[in-house]
Amino acid sequence: MTPRLQRLSDTIEKVLGLKPVERTGELTLEVKAADYLSVAQTLRDHADLRFDELIDLCGVDYSTYGDRPRERERFAAVLHLLSVEHNRRLRLRTFCPDDEFPLLPSVIEVWPGVNWFEREAFDLFGIVFEGHPDLRRILTDYGFVGHPFRKDFPISGHVEMRYDPEQKRVVYEPVTIEPREIVPRIVREEQYGGERD
Amino acid sequence: MAEIRNYTVNFGPQHPAAHGVLRLVLEMDGEVVQRADPHIGLLHRATEKLAESRTWIQSLPYMDRLDYISMMCSEHAYVMAIEKLCGIEVPIRAQYIRVMFDEITRILNHNFGLGTLGLDLGAMTVFLYCFREREDLLDCYEAVSGARMHAAYYRPGGVYRDLPDTMPQYQAQYSRNARTLAQMNANRQGSLLDFIEDFTERFPQCVDEYETLLTDNRIWKQRTVGIGVVPPELALARGFTGPMLRGSGIAWDLRKKQPYEVYDRLDFDVAVGRNGDTYDRYLVRVEEMRQSNRIIKQCVDWLRKNPGPVITDNHKVAPPSRVEMKANMEELIHHFKLFTEGMHVPEGEAYAAVEGPKGEFGVYFISDGGNKPYRMKLRSPAFTHLSAMDQMARGHMLADAVAIISTLDIVFGEIDR
Repeated sequence: MTPRLQRLSDTIEKVLGLKPVERTGELTLEVKAADYLSVAQTLRDHADLRFDELIDLCGVDYSTYGDRPRERERFAAVLHLLSVEHNRRLRLRTFCPDDEFPLLPSVIEVWPGVNWFEREAFDLFGIVFEGHPDLRRILTDYGFVGHPFRKDFPISGHVEMRYDPEQKRVVYEPVTIEPREIVPRIVREEQYGGERD
Repeated sequence: MAEIRNYTVNFGPQHPAAHGVLRLVLEMDGEVVQRADPHIGLLHRATEKLAESRTWIQSLPYMDRLDYISMMCSEHAYVMAIEKLCGIEVPIRAQYIRVMFDEITRILNHNFGLGTLGLDLGAMTVFLYCFREREDLLDCYEAVSGARMHAAYYRPGGVYRDLPDTMPQYQAQYSRNARTLAQMNANRQGSLLDFIEDFTERFPQCVDEYETLLTDNRIWKQRTVGIGVVPPELALARGFTGPMLRGSGIAWDLRKKQPYEVYDRLDFDVAVGRNGDTYDRYLVRVEEMRQSNRIIKQCVDWLRKNPGPVITDNHKVAPPSRVEMKANMEELIHHFKLFTEGMHVPEGEAYAAVEGPKGEFGVYFISDGGNKPYRMKLRSPAFTHLSAMDQMARGHMLADAVAIISTLDIVFGEIDR
């Protein structure tokens, strides 16, 4: 860890009492859903942290991670923060406690720019952000059913759409294309193909 | 007294000033915008989901199709994220080539953005001028990758191949006599670097031409000064990056602040605006074109003097050469594995960002150690910029809403992804 990163890590530990994890030169801080809002507020307002810009919020569905049984919650929101003042970055991850109804508080009061990102995570993953004033779908079609980026949503979707000349309107029908996979997904064990001792 | 009510206008999705497929629902009071509600997603192709079912290298060409005005910058963020996860060292020559093409891309993008901003505000000539230079740069793309726009030139660990020694030339045609043809091909006789150098020599005069048309133009100023003002606090709160943030007076440029590749070795300045209006952002972009030109010049000089490899020799990531592959069993296995199963990226997560022409373009990967990404998230600058449309357009006239859309410099390929 570079001294710069170490200093930020120490500051976070001192202010929040949480220890961030370092990998490839990036710090990741994991917080419980209950602390999420207060941590966000501190990260923005504390003079030594001042993460004044929210770069990105992204939903993640961990249900098939590593092709092994899941040990913890299914959905998470990952935030990328940037401090323009101190020139630092931080990743903040929060798991949604309930897999059936993923719910997190909205940070829209802290970073107003999160508006569309939360709408996107709601649209694609079904994560509900409590306190968001306008949680509509954003990327999918009007009247779309389901949350397409969940791992159990097939890549070809459930319905297809065509114009029906008899009814003189667009109709939805179940998809007719078969899902196909040309290159299968493989997770190799550690040190596969590496040097043998 | 007659009852006066606000009415709603549907702006787009098929509108030439909507820059693609933006459906903007405007609530109007007379000609004044009261509320703007952008409806996006009409170009949603689920690139991030598609990437989950393709190998790391197969998704790379999708990056060109995100922001189809600045293609290579998106590729750059993508390969940088993979390199970060794998811990690959990129040869220095490849870094210079990447930086050079990033800056070429920046000029491409600003040329296009300036041209269309002019067109939206009724200045036709600047559009024609801008596209003239854009054509030359697209020829550079073509020379290096074979494709004018969707290059797919960067690779994890370097770039696909070294710069070519020849430039494509204009062919004889019934409408061109021999003298015209010779004139058109005059700067294409040497290598790609010769052509780019020739371009950097004449490009500052071209920028002067654009500026003559616009910078002191009274009509241009009336249409842009004080339109879509973004105070610095708002710009930060809304997550603005790139020229949108610099136009508001915050000197934030990833190339300076968090330098990647060889930007710390190059000499260039960061343009910063003062008032945060459309006019300042226009000036910032024009100055960025001049600075990009400077960077390209330095890269050309360096690349002339320093030959070397352009892709890593780690054959778990980059394919071996054909000769090695035919002669060596080990390399044959590497080649086979790479093109059937694809590369494996160690478990973990990484976020890599580049200072794209429109702002910070970032790629966030979660890898579970497979030959495909577990989750890819693209952070596109225009997505955040457009989300502030409502705040920026409120209280402006309908015609100014067009100027604001244009100054946001949006492309729907990357907003909808």
